[in-house]
Amino acid sequence: MGDPFTLIADFLRDLLLGFGLDPGLTTAILKFVGAAVTATIALTLTFFTIWLERKLIARFQDRLGPNRVGPYGLFQTVADFAKLLTKEVLVPEGADRSVFMIAPLLVVMSVVGLWAVVPFAPTLFGSDINVGVLYLVSIGSVGTLGIMMAGLSSNNKYALLGAFRTVAMMLSYAVPMILTLLIPTMLAGSMGLTKIVEAQNPVWFVILSPIAAFIFYISSLAEVGRTPFDLMEAESEIVAGFHIEYSGISFGMFFVAEFLHAFTIAVLTVTLFFGGWQGPGAEAFPILGFVYFLIKTAILYFVIIWIRATFPRLRIDTINSISWKILTPLALAAVIFTAIIDKLTPGDGWARVPLHLAGSVILIGLTLIAFRAYARSIRKQSEGSGKSLAQTSEAGS
Amino acid sequence: MHEPWIFIAFLIPLGIILPATAIGLNRLLAPRKPNPIKQSTYECGMETVGDTWVQLKGQYYIFGLIFLIFDIEAVFLFPWAVAYQQLQLYMVLEGIFFILLLAGGLLYAWRRGALEWV
Repeated sequence: MGDPFTLIADFLRDLLLGFGLDPGLTTAILKFVGAAVTATIALTLTFFTIWLERKLIARFQDRLGPNRVGPYGLFQTVADFAKLLTKEVLVPEGADRSVFMIAPLLVVMSVVGLWAVVPFAPTLFGSDINVGVLYLVSIGSVGTLGIMMAGLSSNNKYALLGAFRTVAMMLSYAVPMILTLLIPTMLAGSMGLTKIVEAQNPVWFVILSPIAAFIFYISSLAEVGRTPFDLMEAESEIVAGFHIEYSGISFGMFFVAEFLHAFTIAVLTVTLFFGGWQGPGAEAFPILGFVYFLIKTAILYFVIIWIRATFPRLRIDTINSISWKILTPLALAAVIFTAIIDKLTPGDGWARVPLHLAGSVILIGLTLIAFRAYARSIRKQSEGSGKSLAQTSEAGS
Repeated sequence: MHEPWIFIAFLIPLGIILPATAIGLNRLLAPRKPNPIKQSTYECGMETVGDTWVQLKGQYYIFGLIFLIFDIEAVFLFPWAVAYQQLQLYMVLEGIFFILLLAGGLLYAWRRGALEWV
């Protein structure tokens, strides 16, 4: 009743069984159709999100943005895609040809693969595997591999430098991201994303652990390499970074992967921390859950674009310091706080919230005190002997 | 048991095939006129000097090592997190003790200056 997703699936299943097909084969065909629809929608969505992002960034900067091709410039991306499709793909001299061509495919695959486990509505999800969170981490890191392959195979120093910076940054930010993924897992008692969404029924996890949601959002943004963290393609330093030698549609694929990944970050944050499809009446009418999901995703995606339009690029030592010295200790502390508090709190639902919130407030207070002490020690050091702040590293020898 | 994985087994190849189709279309539509100048390495208008695979700083290696420690820590912690709802308080405290050990490792790396980008 009122559930178009199940209706469509049942209709297709009856149709195929009506042809006299084996039930097992029917399931396989339905899964294939589902996968094809997911991949196609994900990739076509980028036409829209790229337009949206360019338009919004233009508005933030008091420009008009694309406004010539189609209504409100809506078909600008289609025109760009057609142009890239008819441009020559150059393979530079001395490049490792096969690795060079495979790299963009891997990067796109790693983003599309993430969509497999996202529950869009109570009855609309690709697959409900019981290791969903680990799947997200592992498939997501294939993208890093693709970027590394692109940089190493290009036979270009800028590309190599860009790839190495990317890997250093992604390794740094993968740590707080994985650690914060422990918190939804802990609170839901499962790694499956469907279970995680169901566990957020009265209270979203962002209310129980706002720090974890914040760290996940920020470190995921760093994984994509959006603007505050885009030193892998810093134009003023290393021209274009890892994709400097790419042209035509091979470059376009990196572009598609980046923009789709940004949208996927919004999708994942909503799923893990903002209740997914949860909302009033979503259980009874799955289509309503899908609408809630889209609204939440749109809001978080807007914030991603807002961050991109607002912040300047950070320096590489600052970026790595933020990850190792702020986000990682904070993520560890958040895991410890949530583990202890959730064990001590009786009952469930809204009764758990006050203690959790108190824990978050204490944690934020401690962080601010630590910042103050750190700033004081830096000031004292620079006022004193004037020697360099950074000690040479000995740990690797 | 294996049924959910069928979808993933279809989706991941599709994630490669769809962009590969776009690149294949490009092969049909785009001109292909390579010449030595066009294919030379991009270097702000100058000839590239020396080998591409230059030596990079050791800091990347140290970051890789620290990352490895925390990644393995996370792999050990995920089973603990899944079982968390059924655990007694002292079991939770044991998991926290494990986290604190690794936090000590991070503190050690920090004090030794392994986290400074020099």
